[in-house]
Amino acid sequence: MIYSIEIPLLILLLMTAAGAIIVKDLISSVFILGTYSFLLALVWAWLGAVDVAFVEAVVGAGLATVFFLLTLFGTAPKDIRIRRSAPPLTAFVGLPVLGLLLLYAAEDLPKFADPHSPASLHVSPAYLTNSLKEMDTPNVVTAVLMDYRAFDTLIETAVIFIAGLACALLLRRNQE
Amino acid sequence: MIHAHDSIIVRTTSRILIPLIQLFGLYVLFFGQLGPGGGFAGGVILGTSLILGILVFGPDAPVCRLASKVIHGEGVGLMIFVGVGGLCLIGGGEFLNYGNLDIPWIDSAARRRSLGIVLTQIGVAVDIAVTAISIVISLSLINSEESHD
Repeated sequence: MIYSIEIPLLILLLMTAAGAIIVKDLISSVFILGTYSFLLALVWAWLGAVDVAFVEAVVGAGLATVFFLLTLFGTAPKDIRIRRSAPPLTAFVGLPVLGLLLLYAAEDLPKFADPHSPASLHVSPAYLTNSLKEMDTPNVVTAVLMDYRAFDTLIETAVIFIAGLACALLLRRNQE
Repeated sequence: MIHAHDSIIVRTTSRILIPLIQLFGLYVLFFGQLGPGGGFAGGVILGTSLILGILVFGPDAPVCRLASKVIHGEGVGLMIFVGVGGLCLIGGGEFLNYGNLDIPWIDSAARRRSLGIVLTQIGVAVDIAVTAISIVISLSLINSEESHD
Protein backbone atom coordinates (compact mmCIF):
# COMPACT_ATOMS: atom_id res chain seq x y z
CA MET A 1 0.00 0.00 0.00
CA ILE A 2 1.52 3.27 -1.11
CA TYR A 3 -0.21 5.42 1.51
CA SER A 4 0.89 3.36 4.53
CA ILE A 5 3.20 6.09 5.89
CA GLU A 6 1.44 9.15 4.57
CA ILE A 7 -1.91 8.50 6.24
CA PRO A 8 -0.59 8.14 9.83
CA LEU A 9 1.63 11.19 9.25
CA LEU A 10 -1.30 13.27 8.01
CA ILE A 11 -3.50 12.09 10.91
CA LEU A 12 -0.74 13.11 13.36
CA LEU A 13 -0.50 16.44 11.53
CA LEU A 14 -4.24 17.07 11.98
CA MET A 15 -4.06 16.03 15.65
CA THR A 16 -1.16 18.37 16.44
CA ALA A 17 -2.80 21.24 14.53
CA ALA A 18 -6.04 20.76 16.46
CA GLY A 19 -4.10 20.36 19.72
CA ALA A 20 -2.23 23.63 19.20
CA ILE A 21 -5.59 25.41 18.89
CA ILE A 22 -7.49 23.57 21.63
CA VAL A 23 -4.88 23.50 24.42
CA LYS A 24 -5.36 26.11 27.15
CA ASP A 25 -1.71 26.89 27.94
CA LEU A 26 0.11 29.10 25.44
CA ILE A 27 3.54 27.54 26.13
CA SER A 28 2.17 24.05 25.44
CA SER A 29 0.60 25.47 22.31
CA VAL A 30 3.99 26.73 21.11
CA PHE A 31 5.60 23.33 21.65
CA ILE A 32 2.75 21.51 19.89
CA LEU A 33 3.17 23.94 17.00
CA GLY A 34 6.85 23.00 16.82
CA THR A 35 5.86 19.33 16.68
CA TYR A 36 3.43 20.20 13.89
CA SER A 37 6.24 21.84 11.88
CA PHE A 38 8.49 18.82 12.37
CA LEU A 39 5.76 16.42 11.19
CA LEU A 40 5.12 18.71 8.22
CA ALA A 41 8.84 18.52 7.40
CA LEU A 42 8.57 14.71 7.47
CA VAL A 43 5.63 14.92 5.02
CA TRP A 44 7.66 17.15 2.67
CA ALA A 45 10.62 14.77 2.85
CA TRP A 46 8.33 11.81 2.15
CA LEU A 47 6.92 13.62 -0.89
CA GLY A 48 10.47 14.17 -2.20
CA ALA A 49 10.75 17.92 -1.53
CA VAL A 50 13.89 17.65 0.57
CA ASP A 51 14.87 21.32 0.36
CA VAL A 52 11.43 22.44 1.56
CA ALA A 53 11.59 19.85 4.36
CA PHE A 54 14.98 21.20 5.44
CA VAL A 55 13.78 24.80 5.64
CA GLU A 56 10.53 23.77 7.35
CA ALA A 57 12.38 21.80 10.03
CA VAL A 58 14.96 24.53 10.63
CA VAL A 59 12.64 27.55 10.56
CA GLY A 60 9.30 26.14 11.70
CA ALA A 61 10.47 23.76 14.41
CA GLY A 62 13.59 25.66 15.46
CA LEU A 63 13.58 29.39 14.94
CA ALA A 64 9.85 30.14 15.18
CA THR A 65 9.59 28.21 18.47
CA VAL A 66 12.41 30.32 19.95
CA PHE A 67 10.72 33.53 18.78
CA PHE A 68 7.35 32.48 20.23
CA LEU A 69 8.90 31.47 23.55
CA LEU A 70 10.90 34.71 23.87
CA THR A 71 7.73 36.70 23.13
CA LEU A 72 5.78 34.70 25.73
CA PHE A 73 8.47 35.26 28.37
CA GLY A 74 8.39 38.98 27.54
CA THR A 75 4.65 39.30 28.10
CA ALA A 76 3.06 39.45 31.54
CA PRO A 77 2.25 36.07 33.16
CA LYS A 78 -1.48 36.74 33.19
CA ASP A 79 -1.55 36.60 29.39
CA ILE A 80 -0.24 33.03 29.28
CA ARG A 81 -3.68 31.39 29.57
CA ILE A 82 -6.19 31.71 26.77
CA ARG A 83 -9.79 32.63 27.33
CA ARG A 84 -11.72 31.96 24.17
CA SER A 85 -15.43 31.99 23.51
CA ALA A 86 -17.27 29.19 21.74
CA PRO A 87 -17.16 29.40 17.93
CA PRO A 88 -20.32 30.78 16.29
CA LEU A 89 -22.92 28.51 14.70
CA THR A 90 -22.11 29.76 11.19
CA ALA A 91 -18.60 28.30 11.56
CA PHE A 92 -20.01 24.87 12.46
CA VAL A 93 -22.23 24.91 9.34
CA GLY A 94 -20.10 26.89 6.91
CA LEU A 95 -16.68 25.27 7.35
CA PRO A 96 -17.78 21.64 6.58
CA VAL A 97 -19.62 22.92 3.48
CA LEU A 98 -16.46 24.77 2.41
CA GLY A 99 -14.40 21.61 3.01
CA LEU A 100 -16.78 19.52 0.90
CA LEU A 101 -16.60 22.10 -1.91
CA LEU A 102 -12.80 22.03 -1.78
CA LEU A 103 -12.78 18.20 -1.86
CA TYR A 104 -15.12 18.32 -4.87
CA ALA A 105 -12.80 20.78 -6.61
CA ALA A 106 -9.74 18.67 -5.76
CA GLU A 107 -11.01 15.89 -8.06
CA ASP A 108 -10.07 18.04 -11.06
CA LEU A 109 -6.44 18.41 -9.95
CA PRO A 110 -3.88 16.27 -11.81
CA LYS A 111 -2.70 13.08 -10.09
CA PHE A 112 0.40 13.25 -7.89
CA ALA A 113 3.60 12.87 -9.99
CA ASP A 114 1.60 12.87 -13.21
CA PRO A 115 4.10 13.46 -16.07
CA HIS A 116 1.36 14.99 -18.26
CA SER A 117 0.15 17.58 -15.73
CA PRO A 118 0.58 21.21 -16.85
CA ALA A 119 3.11 21.92 -14.10
CA SER A 120 5.52 19.26 -15.35
CA LEU A 121 5.12 20.19 -19.02
CA HIS A 122 5.71 23.94 -19.00
CA VAL A 123 9.22 24.96 -17.88
CA SER A 124 10.34 22.15 -15.57
CA PRO A 125 11.69 19.91 -18.39
CA ALA A 126 13.96 22.77 -19.51
CA TYR A 127 15.20 23.31 -15.94
CA LEU A 128 15.77 19.59 -15.35
CA THR A 129 17.68 19.00 -18.57
CA ASN A 130 19.72 22.22 -18.72
CA SER A 131 20.68 23.10 -15.16
CA LEU A 132 23.70 20.78 -14.89
CA LYS A 133 25.02 21.79 -18.30
CA GLU A 134 24.42 25.52 -17.96
CA MET A 135 25.50 26.19 -14.40
CA ASP A 136 27.36 23.15 -13.09
CA THR A 137 24.84 22.65 -10.30
CA PRO A 138 23.45 19.15 -9.73
CA ASN A 139 20.75 20.36 -7.31
CA VAL A 140 18.02 21.70 -9.61
CA VAL A 141 16.21 23.45 -6.76
CA THR A 142 19.28 25.58 -6.00
CA ALA A 143 19.74 26.32 -9.69
CA VAL A 144 16.12 27.47 -10.03
CA LEU A 145 16.19 29.52 -6.81
CA MET A 146 19.53 31.19 -7.32
CA ASP A 147 19.87 31.57 -11.08
CA TYR A 148 16.68 31.07 -13.11
CA ARG A 149 14.58 32.81 -10.44
CA ALA A 150 17.28 35.02 -8.90
CA PHE A 151 15.05 38.10 -8.85
CA ASP A 152 12.47 36.31 -6.67
CA THR A 153 15.17 35.29 -4.23
CA LEU A 154 16.58 38.83 -4.19
CA ILE A 155 13.18 40.27 -3.28
CA GLU A 156 12.63 37.55 -0.66
CA THR A 157 15.97 38.45 0.93
CA ALA A 158 14.93 42.11 0.90
CA VAL A 159 11.63 41.17 2.59
CA ILE A 160 13.46 39.33 5.38
CA PHE A 161 15.86 42.26 5.80
CA ILE A 162 12.91 44.66 6.10
CA ALA A 163 11.23 42.34 8.63
CA GLY A 164 14.34 42.39 10.83
CA LEU A 165 14.57 46.17 10.46
CA ALA A 166 10.91 46.58 11.46
CA CYS A 167 11.40 44.36 14.54
CA ALA A 168 14.41 46.44 15.59
CA LEU A 169 12.54 49.71 15.06
CA LEU A 170 9.46 48.57 17.00
CA LEU A 171 11.12 46.73 19.88
CA ARG A 172 14.35 48.68 20.41
CA ARG A 173 12.66 52.07 20.26
CA ASN A 174 13.06 52.91 23.96
CA GLN A 175 16.60 51.61 24.32
CA GLU A 176 19.71 53.80 24.62
CA MET B 1 15.94 39.50 30.37
CA ILE B 2 18.02 36.51 29.42
CA HIS B 3 20.34 35.27 32.17
CA ALA B 4 23.18 32.78 31.96
CA HIS B 5 21.99 29.22 32.50
CA ASP B 6 22.97 27.57 35.82
CA SER B 7 23.12 23.92 34.80
CA ILE B 8 26.63 22.67 34.04
CA ILE B 9 25.15 19.96 31.79
CA VAL B 10 23.47 22.53 29.56
CA ARG B 11 26.57 24.74 29.45
CA THR B 12 28.97 21.91 28.63
CA THR B 13 26.65 20.39 26.04
CA SER B 14 26.15 23.67 24.24
CA ARG B 15 29.88 24.47 24.41
CA ILE B 16 30.45 21.23 22.47
CA LEU B 17 27.40 21.64 20.23
CA ILE B 18 27.81 25.24 19.04
CA PRO B 19 30.95 24.64 16.89
CA LEU B 20 29.37 21.47 15.49
CA ILE B 21 26.19 23.38 14.57
CA GLN B 22 28.28 26.08 12.89
CA LEU B 23 30.25 23.46 10.96
CA PHE B 24 26.99 21.82 9.84
CA GLY B 25 25.61 25.22 8.84
CA LEU B 26 28.66 25.92 6.68
CA TYR B 27 28.33 22.44 5.13
CA VAL B 28 24.66 23.05 4.30
CA LEU B 29 25.52 26.47 2.88
CA PHE B 30 28.37 25.41 0.60
CA PHE B 31 26.99 22.01 -0.44
CA GLY B 32 23.57 23.43 -1.33
CA GLN B 33 24.57 23.05 -4.97
CA LEU B 34 25.16 19.33 -4.61
CA GLY B 35 22.45 18.29 -2.17
CA PRO B 36 19.55 19.66 -0.16
CA GLY B 37 20.15 22.89 1.66
CA GLY B 38 21.44 26.22 0.45
CA GLY B 39 21.64 29.79 1.60
CA PHE B 40 18.35 29.94 3.46
CA ALA B 41 18.73 26.81 5.60
CA GLY B 42 22.46 27.38 6.10
CA GLY B 43 21.89 30.95 7.25
CA VAL B 44 19.22 29.91 9.72
CA ILE B 45 21.49 27.18 11.15
CA LEU B 46 24.42 29.60 11.50
CA GLY B 47 22.18 32.15 13.21
CA THR B 48 20.65 29.51 15.48
CA SER B 49 24.08 28.50 16.78
CA LEU B 50 24.68 32.07 18.01
CA ILE B 51 21.11 32.23 19.40
CA LEU B 52 21.84 29.08 21.43
CA GLY B 53 24.94 30.80 22.76
CA ILE B 54 22.92 33.89 23.75
CA LEU B 55 20.25 31.79 25.48
CA VAL B 56 22.71 29.59 27.40
CA PHE B 57 25.66 31.84 28.27
CA GLY B 58 23.74 35.05 28.89
CA PRO B 59 24.31 38.55 27.57
CA ASP B 60 27.82 39.08 28.99
CA ALA B 61 29.50 36.06 27.42
CA PRO B 62 31.90 36.62 24.49
CA VAL B 63 29.56 34.87 22.05
CA CYS B 64 26.75 37.28 22.90
CA ARG B 65 29.00 40.30 22.57
CA LEU B 66 29.97 38.96 19.13
CA ALA B 67 26.25 38.63 18.32
CA SER B 68 25.49 42.19 19.42
CA LYS B 69 28.31 43.42 17.17
CA VAL B 70 27.01 41.29 14.31
CA ILE B 71 23.57 42.94 14.32
CA HIS B 72 25.10 46.24 13.20
CA GLY B 73 25.82 44.49 9.91
CA GLU B 74 22.20 44.24 8.87
CA GLY B 75 22.00 44.71 5.15
CA VAL B 76 25.48 43.36 4.39
CA GLY B 77 23.96 40.14 3.00
CA LEU B 78 21.60 42.10 0.77
CA MET B 79 24.54 44.21 -0.40
CA ILE B 80 26.50 41.04 -1.30
CA PHE B 81 23.53 39.76 -3.32
CA VAL B 82 22.94 43.06 -5.13
CA GLY B 83 26.70 43.56 -5.52
CA VAL B 84 27.03 40.28 -7.40
CA GLY B 85 24.18 41.45 -9.65
CA GLY B 86 26.00 44.73 -10.18
CA LEU B 87 29.24 42.91 -11.06
CA CYS B 88 27.27 41.10 -13.76
CA LEU B 89 26.18 44.52 -15.08
CA ILE B 90 29.81 45.69 -15.08
CA GLY B 91 30.79 42.50 -16.92
CA GLY B 92 28.51 43.50 -19.77
CA GLY B 93 25.40 41.39 -19.20
CA GLU B 94 22.03 41.68 -17.53
CA PHE B 95 21.51 42.20 -13.80
CA LEU B 96 22.03 38.85 -11.96
CA ASN B 97 23.10 37.03 -15.14
CA TYR B 98 26.08 35.29 -13.57
CA GLY B 99 27.44 34.19 -16.94
CA ASN B 100 28.80 37.71 -17.34
CA LEU B 101 30.79 37.80 -14.09
CA ASP B 102 34.11 39.25 -15.23
CA ILE B 103 36.62 36.87 -13.65
CA PRO B 104 39.70 36.29 -15.80
CA TRP B 105 40.84 32.87 -14.55
CA ILE B 106 37.46 31.16 -15.03
CA ASP B 107 36.80 30.67 -18.71
CA SER B 108 33.63 28.58 -18.98
CA ALA B 109 30.22 30.20 -18.47
CA ALA B 110 28.95 27.26 -16.41
CA ARG B 111 31.76 27.68 -13.86
CA ARG B 112 31.02 31.40 -13.66
CA ARG B 113 27.32 30.73 -13.05
CA SER B 114 28.24 28.18 -10.38
CA LEU B 115 30.47 30.77 -8.65
CA GLY B 116 27.67 33.34 -8.87
CA ILE B 117 25.27 30.91 -7.19
CA VAL B 118 27.76 30.32 -4.35
CA LEU B 119 28.32 34.07 -3.83
CA THR B 120 24.61 34.93 -3.78
CA GLN B 121 23.97 32.03 -1.40
CA ILE B 122 26.55 33.49 0.97
CA GLY B 123 24.68 36.80 0.72
CA VAL B 124 21.34 35.16 1.54
CA ALA B 125 22.88 33.22 4.46
CA VAL B 126 24.46 36.36 5.98
CA ASP B 127 21.19 38.25 5.64
CA ILE B 128 19.09 35.50 7.26
CA ALA B 129 21.54 34.82 10.10
CA VAL B 130 21.92 38.48 11.02
CA THR B 131 18.15 39.04 10.88
CA ALA B 132 17.45 36.05 13.15
CA ILE B 133 20.02 37.21 15.74
CA SER B 134 18.70 40.78 15.50
CA ILE B 135 15.10 39.70 16.17
CA VAL B 136 16.17 37.56 19.16
CA ILE B 137 18.18 40.44 20.63
CA SER B 138 15.24 42.82 20.11
CA LEU B 139 12.90 40.40 21.90
CA SER B 140 15.31 39.95 24.82
CA LEU B 141 15.67 43.74 25.14
CA ILE B 142 11.92 44.19 25.52
CA ASN B 143 12.04 41.60 28.33
CA SER B 144 14.69 43.58 30.21
CA GLU B 145 12.64 46.74 29.79
CA GLU B 146 9.60 45.16 31.44
CA SER B 147 11.60 43.76 34.32
CA HIS B 148 12.88 47.25 35.19
CA ASP B 149 9.35 48.48 35.90
